[in-house]
Amino acid sequence: MLEKLMALEFTPFLISFKLASLTTAILFIVSLFLAWNLSQSKSRFKPIFESITALPIVLPPSVLGFYILYALSFHSPIGRFFQDVLGIKLVFNFSGLVVASCFYSLPFMVQPLQSGFETLPKNMLEASYIAGKSKLRTLFCVAMPNIKPSLMTAIVITFAHTVGEFGVVLMVGGSIPNQTKTASVAVYELVEIMDYTSAHIYSGIMVFISFLVLLLVYVFNRNQNHHLGGLS
Amino acid sequence: MIEIAVQKELLGSIGKMDLNVTLSIESKSFVALSGQSGSGKTTLLRILAGLEPALGKIRVDDELWLDGTHCLPPQQRGIGFVFQDYALFPNMSVLENLLFVRKDKALAKQLLELTELTELANRKPATLSGGQKQRVSLCRAMMNRPKLLLMDEPLSALDPTMRNKLQHEILTLHKNFGTTTIMVSHDPSEIYRLSSRVVVLSQGKVIQDGDAKGVLLRTQGSQKFSFEGELLDIVKVDVIYIAIIAIGQQIVEVVLDGSEAKALHVGDSVSISAKAFAPMIQRLEK
Repeated sequence: MLEKLMALEFTPFLISFKLASLTTAILFIVSLFLAWNLSQSKSRFKPIFESITALPIVLPPSVLGFYILYALSFHSPIGRFFQDVLGIKLVFNFSGLVVASCFYSLPFMVQPLQSGFETLPKNMLEASYIAGKSKLRTLFCVAMPNIKPSLMTAIVITFAHTVGEFGVVLMVGGSIPNQTKTASVAVYELVEIMDYTSAHIYSGIMVFISFLVLLLVYVFNRNQNHHLGGLS
Repeated sequence: MIEIAVQKELLGSIGKMDLNVTLSIESKSFVALSGQSGSGKTTLLRILAGLEPALGKIRVDDELWLDGTHCLPPQQRGIGFVFQDYALFPNMSVLENLLFVRKDKALAKQLLELTELTELANRKPATLSGGQKQRVSLCRAMMNRPKLLLMDEPLSALDPTMRNKLQHEILTLHKNFGTTTIMVSHDPSEIYRLSSRVVVLSQGKVIQDGDAKGVLLRTQGSQKFSFEGELLDIVKVDVIYIAIIAIGQQIVEVVLDGSEAKALHVGDSVSISAKAFAPMIQRLEK
């Protein structure tokens, strides 16, 4: 057991966390504006945008993976554009994995942010507009500081969810060692070759880290609620 | 001078209703907006603030705030708004709430002194009482030296003592800054103390417009006293009947004869008036 642990390859974990950090950072910026606009929108078309955003939750990862793989490959105009014009190949490498993860984890960032923004009293935002502040300034100075628990939840859940993704990563990344082989894929392969001891160690580490991450969120949110004493 | 001629279709509790208000308001005046709930008072205030679209025209001095469907956004109107539920920014201290509107420390200090909030300048809103929060909200509304101050039932969530204190502060601020003010209120004593003019709305239309005394006094002809109240109960005592009536916060008894008792029903809105008495007035010790 001990020699197994010593000989264990930790690159899959590093890839998982690098992927999760990048995905979370990109999604945070994109989703902030998306969630803010969705929360403020009274448009008839809002349910359509909401459904599209939520699709990755209900779609089987293989379906999502297949579409992303197809869209990024040389067979689709998007893939061809990236390859011909920008010289970037987006399948079976790390960049492709980041793009795929962004789609896969989008709802986990957008939804907590959106519901956070929606719980803000309308009057509070209006008070900021009346004070002469633009929508953007209101977003950064009034809305965001008052939904810290939602920001924390969105960031951590997106990170954790990206670490835990499997189907999409396998389809778009293809499990290339040191490039696209993440921890979750590594566990799958260890089980396939019946190396249960290593699979146990990998899985144990994942359970431990996931638990720590969630604990952190709940402790933070508890302290925030105590500190702010609710809105108003 | 503020010229208002606005129109908007509202969905009220009794179906569709047309808000159709034409008013002109003198600069530096204090106007109270009254009327039953659902009569369009808050909507009118929100239209003036630019928070709701409407048709028509709003001209403030020589600025057009609303012209047809073209609407100046709230950011560019330079107004102050006091919400019933304070709407303070919980992430900022009292002072930061004020400075967020405008970085004018001298004005913030002056306003906090006028409302006796200087001690609380660094506290977060969550640690303040309702009355303190509303005073902060009032100061915040004054921070951009508004051309027009709008208040939507600012004191209705407060207890009577705090209400008195804040009425006094609103009056002080109004005297100090001379801001044209429109305030939604249901409380006759508040309206009488603060406003120079009362506009009463019903079903989206102006039904009364005049000075506070003229609009609020309920007496007609030779009546000396007249109150409106709700009939709570009718009790039969020997051959007479006694009606129990709630007037404002108080309960009174009025003697009825049999025919009067039959004509009235519990829950009715009634008016009670007296003619022949010389009322006695005595100061109440607090």
